[in-house]
Amino acid sequence: MDIATHIFSALYQFGDAFAFLVLSACGLAVIFGMMGVINLAHGEFIMCGAYVTASTAHVGLPLPLAIMAGAIVAALVGALVELVVIRHLYDRPLDTIVATWGLSLIATQGTLILVGSSMAGVGTPFGSFQVGEYSYSIYRLVLFASALGVLGGLYMLFNWTRFGVLARATIQVPHMAAALGVDTRLIYSLTFACGAGLAGLAGGLYAPTMTLVPTMGATFIMEAFVTVVIGGADVFLGTAPAGAVLAVVKSVMTSWQGQLFGQIGLLVAVIIVVRVLPKGISGFLLRERT
Amino acid sequence: MTKNVLRGLRAVALTGTLVLATGAAFAQTPIKLGVLEDQSGDFAVATIGKVHAIQLAAEEINKAGGIDGRPLELITYDTQSDNTRYQEFMRRVLQRDKVDVVFAGFSSASREAYRPIVDQFNGFAFYNNQYEGGVCDGHMIVTGAVPEQQFSTLIPYMMEKYGKNVYTLAADYNFGQISAEWVRNIVKENGGKMAGEEFIPLGVSQFSQSIQNIQKAKPDFVVTLLVGTAQASYYEQAASANVSLPMASSVNVGQGYEHKRFKPPSLKDMYVTTNYIEEIDTPASKAFYAKFKAKFPSEPYVNQEAENSYLAVYLYKQMVERAKSTKREDIRKVIAVGDVCMDAPEGKVCIDPKSQHMSHTIYLAKVGADHSISFPKVWEGIKPYWLGDAGCDLTKKDPMAQYTPSNPPPKP
Repeated sequence: MDIATHIFSALYQFGDAFAFLVLSACGLAVIFGMMGVINLAHGEFIMCGAYVTASTAHVGLPLPLAIMAGAIVAALVGALVELVVIRHLYDRPLDTIVATWGLSLIATQGTLILVGSSMAGVGTPFGSFQVGEYSYSIYRLVLFASALGVLGGLYMLFNWTRFGVLARATIQVPHMAAALGVDTRLIYSLTFACGAGLAGLAGGLYAPTMTLVPTMGATFIMEAFVTVVIGGADVFLGTAPAGAVLAVVKSVMTSWQGQLFGQIGLLVAVIIVVRVLPKGISGFLLRERT
Repeated sequence: MTKNVLRGLRAVALTGTLVLATGAAFAQTPIKLGVLEDQSGDFAVATIGKVHAIQLAAEEINKAGGIDGRPLELITYDTQSDNTRYQEFMRRVLQRDKVDVVFAGFSSASREAYRPIVDQFNGFAFYNNQYEGGVCDGHMIVTGAVPEQQFSTLIPYMMEKYGKNVYTLAADYNFGQISAEWVRNIVKENGGKMAGEEFIPLGVSQFSQSIQNIQKAKPDFVVTLLVGTAQASYYEQAASANVSLPMASSVNVGQGYEHKRFKPPSLKDMYVTTNYIEEIDTPASKAFYAKFKAKFPSEPYVNQEAENSYLAVYLYKQMVERAKSTKREDIRKVIAVGDVCMDAPEGKVCIDPKSQHMSHTIYLAKVGADHSISFPKVWEGIKPYWLGDAGCDLTKKDPMAQYTPSNPPPKP
């Protein structure tokens, strides 16, 4: 086996781990970073996206549209949740944890009762390709590209659009933004919906590769929180580098000693980063810059 | 005055009803059966059918006059795929509900969580699930299949058909570890070699790196002992990476009906040894399936654990009627005779008095490219021999312990 095969395989595994970490974490990072709300129902927005994607794909919608549908429905549900629950708890951050946790329990159990214990899968598209003696799934490259696309899209949204400027203004000094005529309530609503939609997108993208069950959100949660915790409050300077660092740790440890050590490596990395950089990677980068 | 009369009358009436009620109850005190199964959480896919099977059997038995004239009453709790719930509810059914017998548990972790409580409160429990074997405990009856029934049939068949290089991918807890030890031993006994082994923590759903490790090791087939819905994502991911190696398993298809849930052909060439699945084409199996579907029309699949649970209720009925008692010690005297058998949907099954495990008909199920099931081979009357041979004899001594091939019962 030649060097190129090894390098490609390492890059592929890195990309795969990176995509999973970033896609799982993005929605959580937007909601936590922009609004300070710790959304424990994050996994259930992912599940919602996956379920909508699978059911619309079963009806006959092409997969990319089905994934978009998953993201949109999750965003709408997010907007509704913000309106009914989160809005009333903005100055009580600890209570939002309890409220969103309660929502997650209701969503999981409600889905189990209404839709049943599992849902038929949709099958992974595109097939596989061969490099050296290994064969790889093409769809995994699509996931990696989507992760990069999501990061790029978020950067553009928050830096280049009017909504982005208003959102950042609202987050930095809410009363000043309100005094200048920004509808801060609407901005909060849209931001929360955006985070929920990103979670739904992650669910939709991973729906073809996973078992669809009401508890599937839980398998994303650990990676999502770990990435956000070490990334810190900034989506771009936090989530992306955190995803990269953790993906290296995870893929190297997993290829060396298996999945168990991959997870141990992930958690040890988190402990070290939190100890050395209490404000996360983005806190460190921003301090350096100022 | 009138008030006092009324009160007196009321008291008389009340006492009368009470006396009548106790009288009626005395004639037929129900036999209480505690049901602790996961109706939600990660394992619910495989275990909701177990609860339904118990309900079906109880309904049939009650319609036919109950157990020795006494109705069977189910006391059901949802254990939520959570080991601590098992402990909580096991204490509740034994101490507060005072049940005569408990049917409990899916994962081996949950069984080992509740088993000490059954022992402590001197209860009586059925574990109606296939597992890694080795439980030598007089308080337990196991109706599921064990490794010597599932692996000593499956692994030699696979090695003969596909080759002697074996890779094991197993869930990282007692079930996966001990089952993998069995696979290792059987592969060695048959002159093969382990190309590799990996243990996956429960709840892991991403398998890219594991898939590559398997491709690197170049095995002839993969033994998949993956448990829970998250880990079941492996098949889809392996298929999309075009691994296309035959797979052998003791848990898939027969528990989580992955061949129904996943899009073909992700489970192509999966071989499973199971003592029951709904596709088995015998009159007894068809009749059971028809009854099940009549009561639960929307049941997605009737799996082996549902059949194990169903036959367990009838076995319990037979034992109580023969012992003329619901006391565990009286029932164990009946088991010790060694002829507690019945015609189950899978075929004839018997309880082995030494280990209180069951003999089974083992079906080799093969999943085709379109996810249809065929049965290349059937082994009848396969006994759970290992515990007895290794030195567990519950008719003489009750060690209340679990043994493994590397940790066998102490020699007398």
